[in-house]
Amino acid sequence: MPAHTNTTMPNPNLIQLLDNFDREEILNCMQCGFCLPACPTYRQTGKESASPRGRIALMKGVVDGQLNVDAEFEDNMYLCLGCRACETACPAGVPYGSLLETARDVVERNKKDIGEHSFLRDLLFEEIFPNPDRIDRLGTMLWASQTLGLQKLANKMGLINLLPRPMREMQSAVDQVASPWQRMKRESVIHPEPDASQNLRVGMFKGCIMDVMFFETNQATARVLTKAGCEVVFVEEQACCGALHAHSGEQNGAKELAKRNIEAFEAAGVDLIVNNAGGCGAALKEYHHWFHDDPQWQERAMKFVAKCRDANELAAELFSALEFRGELPGVRITYQDSCHLAHGQGVRAQPRQLLRSIPGVEYVEMMEADRCCGSAGIYNITNFDMSMEVLDEKMENVKSTSAHLVVTSNPGCLLQMRKGIQRAGCEGQMEAVHIMDLLDRVL
Amino acid sequence: MNTEIKSQLRAIVGDRWMMDSPHDLYTYSYDATPLYQAMPDAVVMPSSVEEVAAVLKVANQYRIPIVSRGSGTNLCGGTVPTEGGIVLVTNRLGRLHEIDQENLTATFGPGLITADLHKAVEAVGLFYPPDPGSMRISTMGGNVAECAGGMRGLKYGVTKDYIMGIEAVLPGGEVVRFGGKNAKDVAGYDVTKLLVGSEGTLAVVTEITAKLLPLPPAKQTMVAYYQSLSDAARSVQRIIASKIIPATMEFLDQATMEVVEDFARIGLPLDMKAMLIIEQDGTDLQVEQDIARMADICRGEGATEVRLAQTVEEGAKLMAARRAALSALARVKPTTILEDATVPRAHLAEMVEQVDVIARKYNLQICTFGHAGDGNLHPTCLTDERDLEEIHRVEQAFEEIFHAAIKLGGTITGEHGVGMAKAGFLDLKVGPSGIELMKRIKEAFDPHGIMNPGKMFAKSDRRRVVVKTHACTHEHNHA
Ligand SMILES: Cc1cc2nc3c(=O)[nH]c(=O)nc-3n(C[C@H](O)[C@H](O)[C@H](O)COP(=O)(O)OP(=O)(O)OC[C@H]3O[C@@H](n4cnc5c(N)ncnc54)[C@H](O)[C@@H]3O)c2cc1C
Ligand code: SF4
Ligand code: SF4
Repeated sequence: MPAHTNTTMPNPNLIQLLDNFDREEILNCMQCGFCLPACPTYRQTGKESASPRGRIALMKGVVDGQLNVDAEFEDNMYLCLGCRACETACPAGVPYGSLLETARDVVERNKKDIGEHSFLRDLLFEEIFPNPDRIDRLGTMLWASQTLGLQKLANKMGLINLLPRPMREMQSAVDQVASPWQRMKRESVIHPEPDASQNLRVGMFKGCIMDVMFFETNQATARVLTKAGCEVVFVEEQACCGALHAHSGEQNGAKELAKRNIEAFEAAGVDLIVNNAGGCGAALKEYHHWFHDDPQWQERAMKFVAKCRDANELAAELFSALEFRGELPGVRITYQDSCHLAHGQGVRAQPRQLLRSIPGVEYVEMMEADRCCGSAGIYNITNFDMSMEVLDEKMENVKSTSAHLVVTSNPGCLLQMRKGIQRAGCEGQMEAVHIMDLLDRVL
Repeated sequence: MNTEIKSQLRAIVGDRWMMDSPHDLYTYSYDATPLYQAMPDAVVMPSSVEEVAAVLKVANQYRIPIVSRGSGTNLCGGTVPTEGGIVLVTNRLGRLHEIDQENLTATFGPGLITADLHKAVEAVGLFYPPDPGSMRISTMGGNVAECAGGMRGLKYGVTKDYIMGIEAVLPGGEVVRFGGKNAKDVAGYDVTKLLVGSEGTLAVVTEITAKLLPLPPAKQTMVAYYQSLSDAARSVQRIIASKIIPATMEFLDQATMEVVEDFARIGLPLDMKAMLIIEQDGTDLQVEQDIARMADICRGEGATEVRLAQTVEEGAKLMAARRAALSALARVKPTTILEDATVPRAHLAEMVEQVDVIARKYNLQICTFGHAGDGNLHPTCLTDERDLEEIHRVEQAFEEIFHAAIKLGGTITGEHGVGMAKAGFLDLKVGPSGIELMKRIKEAFDPHGIMNPGKMFAKSDRRRVVVKTHACTHEHNHA
């Protein structure tokens, strides 16, 4: 990495931000290095600055005033996938994920302070993610271009080359999205089958991008839950979970979105709030931390968090009510953990239990299944090359399972695994699928 | 360091593998040792012995300090570049070259991770016994340079007992090789053994040949819980006196048990004062007999509960929990200072009690755990580096602990090395003439004193100094 010369002086107010909770937590890192072998970016680079221990040291350097919040600090903080494998590995219990969020927040505020703006960031974080309508419209545009063959045409004519390379590369993994009509037709409440034994009213957390690009997966999730006896409600007023904001140093934006969600689901009167995206789920379950300095909202957040479940968790809990009607004879299945589901939420056993119980399947555990695939939110767009390095290493493990199906629990991971299958030349022998879509097929 | 030297280094290792930006340098200013920090001037990651030699030639020519570094997990400040200079990272020299099943040896680069060596040789039914608690992270080069120990030290010895041959680069850039695959080799001074434990102060190790053993077919783990420390210590002594040598015999006191439980959740009884984790390996029959006899001895010495691990996984889990003990202690207080006092094992109980007395005298929280079987204790102080007054008391307490260990015929470090942390105490152990001899050896290897300066030999006083970081007060203009 080239040395950056455009050092900016740290803003004392920003350093203050880190002072209380985070400073203590930074000091709790005793630099033992137990997290090093768990970290994909360290494994790829061999550099201490690309390791959790190194990044925490850099944060400490900033807090102590020995280092500046400059472009190099920014690069180091953004090279991190945020997969939180280091948290699982850390015996000292250092909450790396939230330290990283604060560090990125400091970077972004510092940039705003000195008037450095990024057009793309502003567009994404201020105009797009917070506005479900705009995401919806983008979804319609995407559908139209796919349907009219514009995407293929663009590919053929080289127009696609106008897109930045990461987007160009990743679009090949995107499936045909649902049509606007399909999306409009969705009923807002889906009732359980009449003989159901449960009487849970479950609010579906749709996710912003998820609900456009993976509309069918949301529908499938709802169906799985109704088969388990739940009444599923699509709460209209909900917003994006805020994870992408939080992970990208936009803590204020994240909190605004959280407030909207808390209000929406309070009003909906649901027993549980369920989601099928590991990344969103981890954010939803951390809302109470986001409001650690705002007692009123923190209390409401705590109630919200207590109701949040990943779809895997809930399906496994209601397992006795599930009845497999289909089977997958001779199908070999492996599971790729979603980082934020496994390391963030500790949900590891449930998806495996569900998969193993599908009649006929042969379940094979992948080596280091819980190592990040490199997708990591929008990392595969922002850090495309590193993302692909991490993915290619992952695919070696995937390939050696000889699985027919690679199952994931997060839309980002799903796209990435599709990309990985293409890159590994395994198309036709291997397919990536979201666990809820798979369960929907056999329930 | 001027730009001319830097561009020479760049030319040797390639742009990508020579780093000198402020943040990169900062991340090589520390290791796993608390309180020590200093900035290097450049970091290089060579990928061959030729590159190492070329880097050393440049360093020697301009008298620039060279600090070899594996994973930086040492606990003696061994890789902190106190005098600046070049940090030479070995992780690109981590290839396993060969497992020789006829001669029972393995040959590899110094950057190889210890646990990866274990995995590779065990896959073919062989065994490399040294297993430092950090083995999933530490490199073999680091293990060799510190002469790392581990939990199997009692029965199998430590790193030096397994190193048969070494290739190293001297500060002038000359490549030397000593030892090799010969089971017997008395050609001249045993420089191989001299380099083991030399802490990067003599040469850079670039290739290692290690002895392997056949992998023992069976293994069994047991735990014993005690209401009193001395019951546990007596059990250790009685077991050895009964001529059983277990593969592992680890000791944890109550405070350590509490934090380990908090991390690993394996159901430790937290009302107990101490526990022993004992492991035996060998043939089925021998393991069974030894474990049964040791269980009897523990019960006879007052163990309130003795449990055998029911499965291999359960045993592995217990051992993993023990390995995490140190880091788990870090949950309690911001700064965790671990020491490495060692006594002949017959004095174990006495030493544990003395640590307790000293902790109370200085009003400190000191947890003790360690390798009971070989008398290697890790009294660990839970403190806060911001509390300077308390840190001062910590220094005094550890000084007393070292004196106590020496008085019992022990040593100031059993496996972690001297580095900076214990440089001031080396004379307690080896005496002034011993230090003089060591210095002359150092001079013979490294006449200009560029190899890891400031380590092993104290400058003057004996205080654990909080090194003022000159991070960024130092000028780093790389334009
Ligand atoms: C949680 C934890 C548990 C630990 N448990 C144990 C234990 O049970 N037993 C034990 O003995 N230690 C233990 N240690 C200490 C440490 O892991 C060992 O000292 C280990 O050998 C260091 O390996 P490393 O690769 O990290 O070396 P580093 O820390 O990078 O370096 C250690 C020393 O070796 C030198 N060095 C490194 N590579 C070379 C080379 N190629 N040529 C010449 N010199 C070189 C360095 O200059 C330095 O002086 C533990 C540490 C931690 C953090
Ligand atoms: S494992 Fe935890 S305590 Fe150890 S270096 Fe990593 S973050 Fe720090
Ligand atoms: S979150 Fe993942 S990529 Fe980031 S430091 Fe931790 S292990 Fe490495």
